[in-house]
Amino acid sequence: MEGYPRKDEGCHQFLDLIPKEKKRAVKRAEETSSEDKKLELRLGPPGEQWTINENNNSSSKNTTFGYFSNSPRAQNSILKTPWQDQAKAHFLHLQNSENKASANTAVPNSSSAQKRTAPAPVVGWPPIRSFRKNLASGSSSKQDPDSSNVVLDKVSCQKSKETCPKETLFVKINMDGVPIGRKVDLKAYDSYEKLSYAVDELFRGLLAAQSDSSAGRSKDKEDGQKAIGGLLDRNGEYTLVYEDNEGDRMLVGDVPWHMFVSTVKRLRVLKSSELPTLSRGNKQGKLSHDTSLRC
Amino acid sequence: MAYSFPEEVLEHVFSFLSSDKDRNAVSLVCKSWYEIERWCRRRIFVGNCYAVSPEIVIRRFPEVRAVEIKGKPHFADFNLVPEEWGGYVYPWIVAMSAAYPLLEEIKLKRMVVTDESLELISKSFKNFKVLVLSSCEGFTTDGLASIAANCRNLRELDLRESDVEDLSGHWLSHFPDNYTSLVSLNMSCLGSEVSFSALERLVARSPNLRTLRLNRAVPLEKLPNLIRRAPQLVEFGTGAYSAEIRSDILSNLAEAFSGCKQLKGLSGFWDVVPSYLPAMYSVCSGITSLNLSYATIQSPDLVKLVSQCKNLQRLWVLDYIEDSGLEALAASCKDLQELRVFPSDPFGAEPNVSLTEQGLVSVSAGCPKLRSVLYFCRQMSNVALIAIARNRPEMIRFRLCIIEPRAPDYLTLEPLDTGFGAIVENCKQLRRLSLSGLLTDRVFKYIGTHAKKLEMLSIAFAGDSDLGLHHVLSGCESLRKLEIRDCPFGDKALLANAAKLETMRSLWMSSCSVSFGACKLLGQKMPRLNVEVIDERDPPDSRPESCPVERLYVYRTVAGRRVDMPHFVYTMDEDAALRFS
Repeated sequence: MEGYPRKDEGCHQFLDLIPKEKKRAVKRAEETSSEDKKLELRLGPPGEQWTINENNNSSSKNTTFGYFSNSPRAQNSILKTPWQDQAKAHFLHLQNSENKASANTAVPNSSSAQKRTAPAPVVGWPPIRSFRKNLASGSSSKQDPDSSNVVLDKVSCQKSKETCPKETLFVKINMDGVPIGRKVDLKAYDSYEKLSYAVDELFRGLLAAQSDSSAGRSKDKEDGQKAIGGLLDRNGEYTLVYEDNEGDRMLVGDVPWHMFVSTVKRLRVLKSSELPTLSRGNKQGKLSHDTSLRC
Repeated sequence: MAYSFPEEVLEHVFSFLSSDKDRNAVSLVCKSWYEIERWCRRRIFVGNCYAVSPEIVIRRFPEVRAVEIKGKPHFADFNLVPEEWGGYVYPWIVAMSAAYPLLEEIKLKRMVVTDESLELISKSFKNFKVLVLSSCEGFTTDGLASIAANCRNLRELDLRESDVEDLSGHWLSHFPDNYTSLVSLNMSCLGSEVSFSALERLVARSPNLRTLRLNRAVPLEKLPNLIRRAPQLVEFGTGAYSAEIRSDILSNLAEAFSGCKQLKGLSGFWDVVPSYLPAMYSVCSGITSLNLSYATIQSPDLVKLVSQCKNLQRLWVLDYIEDSGLEALAASCKDLQELRVFPSDPFGAEPNVSLTEQGLVSVSAGCPKLRSVLYFCRQMSNVALIAIARNRPEMIRFRLCIIEPRAPDYLTLEPLDTGFGAIVENCKQLRRLSLSGLLTDRVFKYIGTHAKKLEMLSIAFAGDSDLGLHHVLSGCESLRKLEIRDCPFGDKALLANAAKLETMRSLWMSSCSVSFGACKLLGQKMPRLNVEVIDERDPPDSRPESCPVERLYVYRTVAGRRVDMPHFVYTMDEDAALRFS
């Protein structure tokens, strides 16, 4: 499709595809640029309306505010917050998959006139607790390819609760020796290697902090941390295992990635020395619940 | 001292003051009242676990019996606060286990509670009675097992909306056989099946059981036996409310329900099969609270059920109820005080149900006692908001979520400023407000001018400039919590109202226009504020100071900066100024 947005294209080009969004975004840009003007105005002493309550610190304030004027590049960067970038990336992704998935080949420009465009998914919006998001998770949520075109009849919409592609799949992950768990978004990776790398990233710092807890914050110690590594090949100190939807404990890497993603319920990084010896393979290779694996 | 009113008498007088506000006011009268009050304070509420340290609390209040503590910011509910942010209860439990051996109650909200903490609770307080873990996380059913095994006087165990790691359903079997004091058990958040025989025996030997909320894993067939053992129940939460349709199951269930003469609250109803709803009709007239927010059934079935509940005061429901159902609700439930309507398909692009602003207008017109609203919908108009405001000037909580960000009045395409303006102008008692839709700085002018009792305000995708935030901070004199996301509010408004922040519990701003430099300045100027920048990418000092920060959380504290910050939280204080400059 021509005009198809690529990630490296500018924001405006992308927005041209969706007039409604564009209007708002342009408005936003105007707002922000007027915001910029205010920031410039603020370089002088505070105006009558903007009396800063505690003026005793004015010298330090002026130096700080002076900082703004020296960096024109920074003024630019105020135009967009990192989250808007993120949301945009999500949106692109959604548009991509939507166009691929549905038979609806209408040019977005014309279709959006009649039909509401899907709002770009934004983290935390609409504000709903996660346990409310998958009420229908028990029932099959087969996706109706035409669902965006037809007026949904009530029965079908009850069944396919999530008509838009799921953009995240968070599962919990715990590691031996690290008291606090984390969550990883499996939809952010497409292979075991990437997942293993991400898990390493997640826990490396925590593990280092754990072994050197007296040192407090660990942010400056990246260099001293060594990679966990070997999570998948069973040769390393730790091994990545998961519980599937039947509650069985399995070694990560034994089944095709997509099968793993559709059955995994949670992840654990276990000390390899505490794993029972297992053979590779699917359910035959599952880890027994009776061993003292629970952590 | 010339003034020698007997302390005991004052203590007795103070004991009638139940509100924290009144107790706080009393302690400010004079030194002697401060002393008397602190020795007889039995309950404390800590709205932010980092606003004070356990040591300070214990030093001032040596005889506490009941503690309520809150942890993470509210936006954590919607994944805006990274995992590992903090809110750990363990240090509190350690300190209290040494200082308060007579502690009876712990209520926690949005805190990280480890099994270790639960075990310590179960072993430290001899007369422990109430444990409420609301939206908490970090613990497993093993921790619950130690509570069950050791707290012989436990009356209430409530895990509402917590994220419990479910290792097994056997934890319930750890309640000893001679344990009979249970009054309230809420385990609706658990995923796995509990040992059903253990549950049945527990219910059978708890003569005082008033509240029982089961989880989705308890099948409908099991309900009749359970209910028969507890005809005294006041609140009951079902598990999955589905089974193959058999008349014997239905009649058995209906008969069991009819024995519960005191039932006032019903919840649960996962996977509900509408044919089984008539089983409850016999108790409907007594029901005051109905949570159908997991019940994926259509409007006609909902209407049939709800219209039987003539004394309903609180209804939580999915938007399947639609405008027509809400109209029926308004016609039949004249005592309704609280309504929450949740979206069944929050991420769909097209409306899947016919629920609009009209449903809420109907309820506001028909239910004279309506005080509290949470409403998700896809279209709104100023006319509707004005009607709601005029219909219900007694409104206390009004949270409206129009699902599409920045949606204008769908009739006029105007911003919704005047509509929300009418809400704050008419509802003088309004304490909580959530805004959505297209809004300019005007609405914040209205809010700052009129919302004098407002305590908590949530703002998303709204406003045009610093002026909006300035109106709120300078005008809302009762404001305690302010949470803002994706608004063009920046340094000027924040710094101009720095002193206001000390009067509030907390301020959250994410994806706004506050610069790192302003955060630093705020932290330096206001030593009693903890100014925390949350940035998961890289240290904020690796970018120019004028770059907006990802997330900002500001709160007042008497405990100084916290010691358990993860690597992505950066605190702005004098040291930070040196570190970063």
